[in-house]
Amino acid sequence: MLCPAMDAQRALADLTEISSQIQTAVVFDEKGKVAGSTLADSGRADQLAKTATELLAAAEEVRAGESPLTQLEVATGEGSVFVVREGKTSIAATTGSDPTVGLVFYDLKSTLRSVKAPARPSAAKKPAPRKKKPDAS
Amino acid sequence: MRRSAAAILGVLGGMLAGAAFIRRQTAHRERADLYFEDGSMLSLTNGSPGAERLLPLARQIIGQARTG
Repeated sequence: MLCPAMDAQRALADLTEISSQIQTAVVFDEKGKVAGSTLADSGRADQLAKTATELLAAAEEVRAGESPLTQLEVATGEGSVFVVREGKTSIAATTGSDPTVGLVFYDLKSTLRSVKAPARPSAAKKPAPRKKKPDAS
Repeated sequence: MRRSAAAILGVLGGMLAGAAFIRRQTAHRERADLYFEDGSMLSLTNGSPGAERLLPLARQIIGQARTG
């Protein structure tokens, strides 16, 4: 069985193969822990995930108390930053200037869905042992 | 002599106007679009209070992605 980090890495490899617009992408959890990245340097991936987590938090504060934020795009003169969140997992990506916004969001959502949720050991409960029925005879 | 001076001034004026136009266009292009679960969307243009916080973080991410 593949570990979640390996799944994320494979999904990101597929993403960069499919989308020529996406320059870098990082999959991370709500605490900023990186599950996969297109960056070769893990330290840079950690930094990027941390800043993306800050960006999500700052965006949440813009309209706090209402419907939760699911995705965002910030366009700058140097390029765009996209973040898509589904549950506890998020994906952040950078593109050049004037990307095809709908297409980038679609690709990021597809990648995020293909990343398997990490299995929690506590969630996998063993089935209770069957009680033997006393013989009727 | 006057003609050439006027031509130089004209070219310089055009360059300044072009640079100002490009700068304004770039500033206008900078924005943050936020999408919420209920289907609503909020677009923050450069200069609005929300965008002033989000744009530097986005620039930082782009810088981190390009470094190295």
